[in-house]
Amino acid sequence: MKNFRDSEHLLRFAFLFAMVLALFLIVRHFVVPKSFGEYGHYRGAAIGETAARPIHFAGQSACATCHTDIAATKQAGMHAGVHCEACHGPLAKHAADPASVQPPKLDTAVLCVRCHAASAAKPKNFPQVAAAEHSGGLVCETCHHPHSPAIQSEGAK
Amino acid sequence: MNLSRRQFLVLVPATAVAWQYVLAGTPRDAPNYQLADHWWGMLLDITKCIGCGNCVRACQAENDVPDGYFRTWVERYLRTDWNLTTPEVISPDGGKEGFPTAEEVKDGMYFFVPKMCNHCADSPCTQVCPVGATFITPDGVVLIDQTYCLGCAYCVQACPYGCRYIHPTRHVADKCTLCYHRITKGLTTACCENCPTGARQLVDLKNPNDPIHAFLKTHDVHVLKPEMATGAKAFYNGLDGSVR
Amino acid sequence: MGGVEGYMYPNEINLYWSVLIVVYPYVTGLVAGAFILASLVRIFNVKEVAPTYRLALLTALAFLIVAPLPLLLHLGHPERCFEMYFTPHDTSAMAMFGYVYIWYLMAVLLFEIWLDFRHDIILTARSSKGLKRAFYVLLSLGSNNTSEHSLAVDERAGWIVTLIGIPSAFLLHGYVGFIFGSIKANPWWSSPLMPVVFIFSAMVSGIALVLLVYMFTTRARHREIDMPCVDTIARYLLYIFIIDFVMEMLDLVHRIYVADESFRSINFMVHTKLYFSQIVLQIYIGTLVPLILLGIVQVTRLSPSLRKAIYALSAALIEIAVVSMRWNVVIGGQLFSKSFLGYTTYKIGLITHEGLFMAVFLTLLPLAFLWVLVKILPPWPELKRGMNRVASVTMP
Repeated sequence: MKNFRDSEHLLRFAFLFAMVLALFLIVRHFVVPKSFGEYGHYRGAAIGETAARPIHFAGQSACATCHTDIAATKQAGMHAGVHCEACHGPLAKHAADPASVQPPKLDTAVLCVRCHAASAAKPKNFPQVAAAEHSGGLVCETCHHPHSPAIQSEGAK
Repeated sequence: MNLSRRQFLVLVPATAVAWQYVLAGTPRDAPNYQLADHWWGMLLDITKCIGCGNCVRACQAENDVPDGYFRTWVERYLRTDWNLTTPEVISPDGGKEGFPTAEEVKDGMYFFVPKMCNHCADSPCTQVCPVGATFITPDGVVLIDQTYCLGCAYCVQACPYGCRYIHPTRHVADKCTLCYHRITKGLTTACCENCPTGARQLVDLKNPNDPIHAFLKTHDVHVLKPEMATGAKAFYNGLDGSVR
Repeated sequence: MGGVEGYMYPNEINLYWSVLIVVYPYVTGLVAGAFILASLVRIFNVKEVAPTYRLALLTALAFLIVAPLPLLLHLGHPERCFEMYFTPHDTSAMAMFGYVYIWYLMAVLLFEIWLDFRHDIILTARSSKGLKRAFYVLLSLGSNNTSEHSLAVDERAGWIVTLIGIPSAFLLHGYVGFIFGSIKANPWWSSPLMPVVFIFSAMVSGIALVLLVYMFTTRARHREIDMPCVDTIARYLLYIFIIDFVMEMLDLVHRIYVADESFRSINFMVHTKLYFSQIVLQIYIGTLVPLILLGIVQVTRLSPSLRKAIYALSAALIEIAVVSMRWNVVIGGQLFSKSFLGYTTYKIGLITHEGLFMAVFLTLLPLAFLWVLVKILPPWPELKRGMNRVASVTMP
């Protein structure tokens, strides 16, 4: 077998190649996460992990569970579509533990203007005012109750 | 204002259990949530957006978005009558603190465009990910596996909408998750929850009762950059041709 | 926001691909180019360039070892890089690049170098002692057969490996081009010509580099530069450079004439932020000047010393052109907004881990590797064993 003896060194390199490949396959077997490929080419468990992230905004219905009176007032007025946390901020902690976590006080001077300051860029049918001229220096809630802002509404206490 | 009544209500076992379930749990453990029953998207109504920035702030609060990066942002367009395809656009700090006052212009039109991940059905970003760290879930949301992402930024380059960024401290790709942790528990997204005018509506195309189906029959709805053929699922009502 | 003109999407203001991503296609291109030069000798039987054959192979290896480093340093999580091999995403050009890279390193370049140097390795092992002997025995993988027939087997196998190596080299760099060319979101990149342009510019840069390394090392060793060898290399360099230039101009002219929605952005960019690197460095200084110089050599009879000077100058200018081209593609593609309404600025760091010094270091690092490789496996043509065997490649 003269032919083999003179080409056996090629097998040595091939063996090196095969060893690297085998090592790769062994390592791969242990390293690839178990849920990889469960739904597609990704780690299936990542879906659950993303879904388990903490919630900060409790959501309108959580607020209305307890604050039934305010929810009813709001529902009857112009701000029916504005959810509680849009002004009051993220309050999931408050919803989970109402006694110990209290929502911060709000500054209507900032809040109202954020939406209602006049600008040519806003839709024409959206109520907007030039804040400086509109109230003559009075704060918004002198005339408008935030939960039911139309002036004729006396429903809110 | 009866605090004890509220406390009592929260302590009613059914409510408490429901809320605990909302706060924790995975969709696959939740008996009510089936991946196969949903196909999520978002309706963005340009005719209703007032550029208040509530969505941007809410998104940041809900998702711990680093300053200077945006999972959602708002742009203000000024499209003049002289050039219908080249608008002037601004988005100061992503519109987080609103916009400067705009004065009426005779030969032009202002409008706001909220932007976010389009959760494309044929997303270029998931296509290019070398390791499968970003993917489309069976319910149609494009997510990122933060424990698997290399941070190569190829997906950032591939997104035609500029929705992705590399998180400055986690060094992985990041973007809108469509508040996946909320929508899988029956809540809406933080941006929709906090939009005062209803300019953003979470959409579930697989839900036959979703108002989107009636809306799409009666409105002129488009997606951004349709020529990119990404299967975008951020549906825009009243989208002007100058929007990019 | 500093450096922004017009409107950028807010997430676009920072560039995510830094100067290291400029270095990566440049270094990879040098590998492919150097290998193509080596294949000229072996497959296309261009005997004149035989003196550079082994040097070209070692150059390719030195640069191939460094090629993944800029990518790795750029990653947000380099420790996760093996995911590219463990769970490669079949629709990602970048994932496939990982496999093409390993294939090229293991199956082509290492194998070919091993076959070509096996005889020398064994002879060195036999004539040395101690640790050095052990090292060379290890390099030979324990093989000790230097019979005529076994060397002929090496020749035959090496020829086949080179034959496989040519398309592999094209694949290696074509893939790099495809990484950019396949991004439909970016009109500056999205082009079917991108892989082609990358391949030809890679060949040009690799051949020019080997030419420089050959001339430098020969002079440093006080030997005579083989004029027919460098004349031939320069001729091939000119031909391939013409093809490369035509392809790039075709791409440019097409963009200018078609003038689609992105054109206003790109046109503005080329005239401002990219003017120096694209028009001045890449086209005028890096392309037209060496094309004219190399062309003059073809049509006139110049003295050898003048020709050598022209070759060295042209090769150096060509390297500048190819680095600029990579810069213009990678950085240029991120300077304008995908809204086509604005531009940002790339602020290059100096001593940051993705800064200029790191880029220069990584570009020069392969030369250090090459120095080590040359010490271990001397490729010099006057060591006759190598010469004779290369000259006898056609022998079946």
